Amino acid sequence: MNRIDKLFQNRSGKILSVYFTAGFPSLHSTSQIIEALEAAGADMIEIGMPFSDPLADGPVIQNSSRHALDNGMSINLLFKQLADIRKKVNVPLLMMGYINPVLKFGLENFCRLCFETGIDGVIIPDMPPELFLKEYSVFFESYGLYNIFLITPQSDDGRIKYIDKISRGFIYMVSSSTTTGVKKGFSEDHRSYFKRINSMNLKNPRLIGFGISDNKSFEVACDVAQGAIIGSAFIRMLGETGSSKNNITSFIRKIRGGNNTVSAMPLFFKNIL
Amino acid sequence: MMKFNVDERGYYGEYGGAYIPEMMYPNVKELQDNYLKILDDEIFRKEFSLLLRDYAGRPSPLYYAGRLSAYHNTNIYLKREDLNHTGAHKINNTIGQILIAKRLGKTRIIAETGAGQHGVATATVCALMGLKCFVYMGKLDVERQAPNVLRMKMLGAEVIPVTSGNMTLKDAANEAIRDWISNPVDTHYIIGSVVGPHPYPDLVARLQSVISEEIKWQLTEHIGKENPDYIIACVGGGSNAAGSFYHYLDNEDVKLVAVEAAGKGINSGKSAATMVLGSPGVIHGSRTILMQNEDGQITEPYSVSAGLDYPGIGPLFAWLYKMKRVTFDNATDTEALEAAFLLTRLEGIIPALESAHALAILGKMKFKKDDIVVVTISGRGDKDMAAYMKYLGESDYKNI
Repeated sequence: MNRIDKLFQNRSGKILSVYFTAGFPSLHSTSQIIEALEAAGADMIEIGMPFSDPLADGPVIQNSSRHALDNGMSINLLFKQLADIRKKVNVPLLMMGYINPVLKFGLENFCRLCFETGIDGVIIPDMPPELFLKEYSVFFESYGLYNIFLITPQSDDGRIKYIDKISRGFIYMVSSSTTTGVKKGFSEDHRSYFKRINSMNLKNPRLIGFGISDNKSFEVACDVAQGAIIGSAFIRMLGETGSSKNNITSFIRKIRGGNNTVSAMPLFFKNIL
Repeated sequence: MMKFNVDERGYYGEYGGAYIPEMMYPNVKELQDNYLKILDDEIFRKEFSLLLRDYAGRPSPLYYAGRLSAYHNTNIYLKREDLNHTGAHKINNTIGQILIAKRLGKTRIIAETGAGQHGVATATVCALMGLKCFVYMGKLDVERQAPNVLRMKMLGAEVIPVTSGNMTLKDAANEAIRDWISNPVDTHYIIGSVVGPHPYPDLVARLQSVISEEIKWQLTEHIGKENPDYIIACVGGGSNAAGSFYHYLDNEDVKLVAVEAAGKGINSGKSAATMVLGSPGVIHGSRTILMQNEDGQITEPYSVSAGLDYPGIGPLFAWLYKMKRVTFDNATDTEALEAAFLLTRLEGIIPALESAHALAILGKMKFKKDDIVVVTISGRGDKDMAAYMKYLGESDYKNI
């Protein structure tokens, strides 16, 4: 069974997925960051493949990508770094990046190496569903890989049902109309979008990404979806304080709200939702 | 134009398509679903052609350049897009797209610009229609094309300098796309060239096709036939070349030549000659030929000309290259600068640095004495005076 399915079967909520850019802050920090994230309690990890022109990303991930490329990161090297990662961690692992480097690497070859490495899913935002189905899904299927699709506040019901139908694993629910790493907080508009999606009885679980940066936004996301994805806030921390195990542990603890449990969550958030 | 038309999915053969993140889907889909209907609408066509005539000043002249013809020992006609309002062919596209934006109910316009010609043309139509305008421009281009920045400001546009990447056209387009992702409801993105996700390459080519439509009847007026032997145009993304070639694509008697910027030389590491240095890939939402390294990271291009300083090329051209319908050539910075001075001293026309690349290959081509050669002068050179004066100082250019 795909580890992503297993995760959502075993856990009904508060799932925390963490994105980081491979090759940042230093070229060889990849597997150390993954191990520290799992040890700290991350439920799923998205390994970013840096790209020179990340269209959907804000300044934080743009900068981490540029540094990673300057450090010498490539898909080739990344697979080498991950060669024995499955001896070390059990959480679902996803590769996330843009389509051009993956096409250059060779899509079938990429899927095969993902399979051999123990990668469970892939997120390529600029590979639209129609194109995926027509040209690439055959490779994903033969290597047991899930391709994760995105929905946004602008996606109409028809589009969401279509994406739900073709999705496996989970749906990446983009919280706001923005690139990554913009902290705006969640407004009334967000909440009506979250409610709309919840009322649609989709077959796939959802994780909310974009704009999740602290315990407050994580808790809000967890109340309306099975969990959340954190990227830019984690990368900002790595850039400012480094990728030591202690830093990663304390970051994850803060996102999870220290020792707070769901019942200790301020009533305020429940009420506004 | 039938043979090289885009298919329903937005492809020219294997090139084109719409490789966009889901955040852009509603906007791009809205355009895909509506652009042909709008372009075919009678009221739109009337509005568009009246504005092209009375506002942009079309038709642009097709001028027989007698002294340049004598110099190259052939017959050269210049398609004078430099004489349009705002000084380049870019206005053809922005007039069309602002009319489309209004029909779609958009109130906010964004654009990317390299040389600033597209930015000025966008700021101009926004002033004309009373719409808010935001132009993304690489910081390096803001510096090297200062006169156009001032024009955009006077026109009421906000010019946003882009500091990511190489700080040129590619990065400006990235930032405009990010703006569109962040403003998905009220905003139309006026892309300046035949690049980007479907339907932009086809939309912009159709709006620019007025150039070749005019060449046909103008050449008939001049010489009694509509087909030249050659049409030559410079190509960065490819909008003026697409417009110049459009109505001749199916007519294989007419040789079409696209000229890229070789920068400091093809193998210098400082070049923008995509068709020589590139390979298939995806840039700005479209599958085409682009300059990239072996890991699929997009390579920073270089050209003295800000409008040609782009690592990709419109998907139509990737296809025309593959189908061997268009011949590609290239000219270095120095060759373009020399050609600009040659035209200026022979004809009293100061071309844009971009257009000078098209002129620069005239000396390298083997024309017959009775050949008819059309060269598109895509824009005028006012914006390039700093580069021209620098060259004049360094090169002790001889009077002809």
